[in-house]
Amino acid sequence: MDFQGFVRTNDLVGVRNKILVMATSDCAEPAARMIARGFEGVVAVTQHLGCIAIETAPTLTGVAKNANIAAVLIVSMGCEGVEPEPIMAEVSKTGKDVELVKIQEIGTTRQTIGHGREIVQRMLEKAGKQKRGPFDLSHLAIGLKCGGSDTTSGIAANPAIGVMADMMVDAGASVLMIEPIEAIGAEEYLSSRATDEEVKRAIRKWISDEEKRWSIPGASVDFMCRGNIDGGLTTLEEKALGAVHKGGHRPIKGVLKNRRDCLETVPGRGGFYLQEGTHEEIPAITYMAAAGVNIIVFATGRGGVFGHAICPVIRVTGNPETWAKMNEDMDVNASTAMEGKESIESVGRRIFDEVVAVASGKLTKSEQMGFDNFALWRYDSRLEALLGLL
Amino acid sequence: MKKAIMIDDKDNVATAIVAIDIGDEVEVISSRQEVVCCIKAKDSLPLGHKIAISDIKKGAEVKKYGTAIGKAAKNITSGEYVHIHNVQSNRLPLTKHMLSYK
Repeated sequence: MDFQGFVRTNDLVGVRNKILVMATSDCAEPAARMIARGFEGVVAVTQHLGCIAIETAPTLTGVAKNANIAAVLIVSMGCEGVEPEPIMAEVSKTGKDVELVKIQEIGTTRQTIGHGREIVQRMLEKAGKQKRGPFDLSHLAIGLKCGGSDTTSGIAANPAIGVMADMMVDAGASVLMIEPIEAIGAEEYLSSRATDEEVKRAIRKWISDEEKRWSIPGASVDFMCRGNIDGGLTTLEEKALGAVHKGGHRPIKGVLKNRRDCLETVPGRGGFYLQEGTHEEIPAITYMAAAGVNIIVFATGRGGVFGHAICPVIRVTGNPETWAKMNEDMDVNASTAMEGKESIESVGRRIFDEVVAVASGKLTKSEQMGFDNFALWRYDSRLEALLGLL
Repeated sequence: MKKAIMIDDKDNVATAIVAIDIGDEVEVISSRQEVVCCIKAKDSLPLGHKIAISDIKKGAEVKKYGTAIGKAAKNITSGEYVHIHNVQSNRLPLTKHMLSYK
């Protein structure tokens, strides 16, 4: 089976053809937003964790390299810790156009915005000439996420997404899952899927490291939300055992590292992988986008309604009440499986078809609304050092 | 009849697929849609919440997906509502703030 995608100079295939305007600090954010304003197919994102957050540079680089992005304009204040030049050097290796505007060098924000809009206009004209072409599914990289979870996620939406994940792996695609906290309690199941002993150890460490980060004596940090508990989820183990269902049953080939200098990427690997990172929705999706994922498939019981700047997000709900109330915001109804009216396999096949359609250009519900969330996770080397995880 | 799903044969809780009222007769079905048993609900519970399908002694494992999702914080009898008021995690206990959600 083929999908219709955009091939890049480095042979990676995107499912969207966007121009990315990336602010490397909050100072540059308003200018970046105004550069992008009013242009169709241009998305503006910001590194918003303070101007010295150099830990975010590998994620920003990965996001800019994502094959859904045709060209990149970096907007820099000029004095921030996140330096644009190394990001540009990495991104230009993919062959895509990458340009830089530095506000302090150009002079004023008004001049920067005018100059930036001229660059974006040129990038749009060039990107507009590129047409979709047929590619087999081995060119696709899919990220899995759940959020606003309730017990229907573990019974209907996630197992159905798991069927889709297995079908994609069988077709040669790469599938990626993050959120290590939601594997606590599911160690046996996940490690039993490891391809070898080394991967098994990596999976166990991926989970036990995360458990250490969340069980620090004296600290009291919430890890489940009101919606989880209102939705019937009683413990983290129950949430985890439901969450891992979306990963299907194929062998786990590895745990992708988020190194301090670069993120390991998934396109072209083929098969099922886990990724270091967080479970927090938008930063987790940003991590997967930085690892090269094209499309996110998202299970939500309560009705999570975000989109993402880089990847289309396909929302799947297993909750019949959520579907009845929010179907305008949901892409796939899995509540039929919850109610015993349709098999999990049948719902999984519908999700598979939806992924192929979205990969070929069909807009998701969040894209129709123009939602383009973006957020980053700040890897904290102080916590890692204190816990002996470095 | 109102239904609840027992996901694995080893489970001692089932998940309600519709809201259940106290006194309801509840048909417990397997994930293969076979009827496992019928129980009388001793509490009301919302869609997606859990009902005990056998007695669970304090300290014993509460099982869903064929795996422990925690342990009983008090004696639970068949037909009772099972949630954060009578189950504790074996891994990360809920914070005081999270417990206040109920």
